[in-house]
Amino acid sequence: MNFLSKRLSRSVIVVCCFTLAALAQTSAYKGPRTADGKPDLNGIWQAINTADWDISAHASEGPHIASEGAQGAEPGGIGVVEGGPIPYLPEALKIKAQNYRKRSTDDPEIKCYMPGVPRAVYQPFPFQIVQGTKMIMISYEFAAASRQVYIGAAPDGDESWMGTSAGHWEGDTLVIDVTKMIDQTWFDRAGDFHSDALHVTERYRPLSADAIWYEATITDPKVFSRPWKMSMPLYRHLEPHPRLMEFRCAEYIEELMYGQYRKKPNP
Amino acid sequence: MRYRTFFAQAIIVSMAATASPGQTPAKSKSPANDPRTPDGQPDLQGIWNTMTVTPMERPRDLAGKEFFASEAEAAAYGKASSDKSKAGIDNGIGSYNEVFYEFGATTVKTRRTSFITDPPDGRVPPLTPAAQARWQKEQQIRRRRPEGPEDRSTSEQCLVFRTAVPPMTPWAYNSNYRIVQSKNQVAIYIEMVHDVRVIPLDGRPHLPPDVHLYLGDSVGHWEGNTLVVDTTNLSGKTGFYGADENLHVVERFSRMDGDTLLYQFTVDDPTAFTKPWKGELTMSAAAGPIYEYACNEGNYALPGILRGARADDKAEAEAAAKKAK
Repeated sequence: MNFLSKRLSRSVIVVCCFTLAALAQTSAYKGPRTADGKPDLNGIWQAINTADWDISAHASEGPHIASEGAQGAEPGGIGVVEGGPIPYLPEALKIKAQNYRKRSTDDPEIKCYMPGVPRAVYQPFPFQIVQGTKMIMISYEFAAASRQVYIGAAPDGDESWMGTSAGHWEGDTLVIDVTKMIDQTWFDRAGDFHSDALHVTERYRPLSADAIWYEATITDPKVFSRPWKMSMPLYRHLEPHPRLMEFRCAEYIEELMYGQYRKKPNP
Repeated sequence: MRYRTFFAQAIIVSMAATASPGQTPAKSKSPANDPRTPDGQPDLQGIWNTMTVTPMERPRDLAGKEFFASEAEAAAYGKASSDKSKAGIDNGIGSYNEVFYEFGATTVKTRRTSFITDPPDGRVPPLTPAAQARWQKEQQIRRRRPEGPEDRSTSEQCLVFRTAVPPMTPWAYNSNYRIVQSKNQVAIYIEMVHDVRVIPLDGRPHLPPDVHLYLGDSVGHWEGNTLVVDTTNLSGKTGFYGADENLHVVERFSRMDGDTLLYQFTVDDPTAFTKPWKGELTMSAAAGPIYEYACNEGNYALPGILRGARADDKAEAEAAAKKAK
C-alpha cells in the first residue's frame, strides 16, 4: 500500500468511527486525550446542584436544627431525575415517606458512612479521577470514599458500600456498571433509597475539556417499577493546583456516636 | 444484627484480598526492560504488599548485623519470627486471632535486618527533650483507661492507618497497595482504609505550612526510573515514633526486579528527632484484588472499648462505696 492510500484508508476509518461516535452520543468530543486515545478525564470534578439534599425538584426549606439558621437551611433545586416522579413500587413509596420524616436522624450520611454510587458523585464535595489504561481510580473527598474502576471485567466480591465497578468505553463515553452495593445507603437527604438489588449504569460523556455529562440509570426491581435515570453536568475544578482536601468525617461523628461513653461528657 | 454482618463482611473480604501475595507478573531483566506506561513513564502500576517480619528498628540481638548473610539465614529468621508472633496471639477473647493477623514469614527482599538504614545502628535517633516529653504523655494517654474516643489511636478511630501515612509502613494485616498512573498523577490506593494518595507530578508548591492533613501534602516527580514524593503538612497525630507536625518525608519508589518495588524514605523533623534518618523496605507484587475495607461503618470495637471502660469505672465506684460502708 502506498503512502497516499494508507492515508486514505486511515481517514476512512477515522470518518466512519466519528460517524458511529456521533450517532451514539450526538456530540463529538474535541478536548484533550490520553496517550491511549481516550478523552482525558484526569483531574478534579464536582457537581453543582442540590441533588444531595433531594434528587427531585424541591423548594428551599428551613434548617433541621434551629440554631444552624440560614447555614443549616436546604437550598432549592430543579432536580436531577429525568421524566417525572421516581417510579417507586407502592410499598417502597411508604418506606421513602417514612425515611423522609426521619431524615434528620436516619440519613447514613450523618454517620459519615460511605455514600455509595451515584450519591458520591453529587455530594457537595469534589472527587478526583486518576485515569490509567486498565483501571481508573476515583477518590472522593467525603469520608475518603474511593472506587477502583476496572476497565473490563471486575473480580467477584461480596457487597460493599461503594460497590463493584466494571467500566468500558463506548466511543468517547466512559460507561461503568456498578453492582453489589449494600442496601444501607440513601440517594439523598430526602430518604430516597434502594435495595441490595441495585444496579447503577453510569455514563460519563465529556462535553469539553472541562465538563462531563453524567447519567446514572437506576435499576432495582425490589424498589422501583422500572429503570429510571438521573442526569447532570459535572464541572472540572479550574483553579490553579486544585487538590482534594481531607474530609475524614469519622472524626466529626465521634461525639454523636460515642459521646455517651465519655468519662466526662462534653459540655 | 445487620451491622455485625457488615463488619464481618469487611473482615472476610479484606482477608480474601491478601490471600495470595507473591503471585507475580513476568520478571524484567534489567531497568532498560522495565515496563512503561503509554505516556512513556516508568510503570509502577499493580498491587503491592509490604507484609514482613522485618521491623522498623534493628532488634538488639542483631546489633551490628546490617544484613542476613544468605537467603537461607533470612528464611530461617523469617520462620522463627513468624512462629514467635503466632505463639503470642491470644486466640480467645481480646483481639484478632491467628487467621486475621498477617505478620508474614519473610524478611524484606534486601535481607536487611531493619527498615532503618541510617543511622547505621538501625535505630530511630533520640528524640529532642520536648518531643520525648510529648511522646511519653501520648503513651500515658494510650495506656490509661480510655476517657473518650480521642484517647485511642487514629486506627482504632477508623481515621487513618500507618500503612497510608508517609512513610508508609506495614500494619498487622492488609498491608496492600494499588498504584494507578496517569500522565500527571500517581494514585496510591491503600487498603487500610480505602484511602487514596493522589500525588501530582505538575511541579506545584506545597500547601501553606499552617494547613495539616493526616496524609500530608505530597508532590512528586520522576528521577530516571524512580518516583520521588515529597510530603509536608502532616498532622503529627498518627504517633509515628514521636514525630510532630513538622515532619518532612521523602519517599522513593523504584523497581528492584519484576515483582518487587524498593521503597525508600527519609524522615526529617528537626523539632522531634535529633537528626534525620532513613529507611527502606520492599513491596512484593500480589495477585489481589483489594476489596473495600469499611472501617467506620462497622466500628464496634471503639464503642465496645469505651463502654467497657465506663463499666470498669462503675464497678470501681461501687467497690469503693461498699468499702466505705
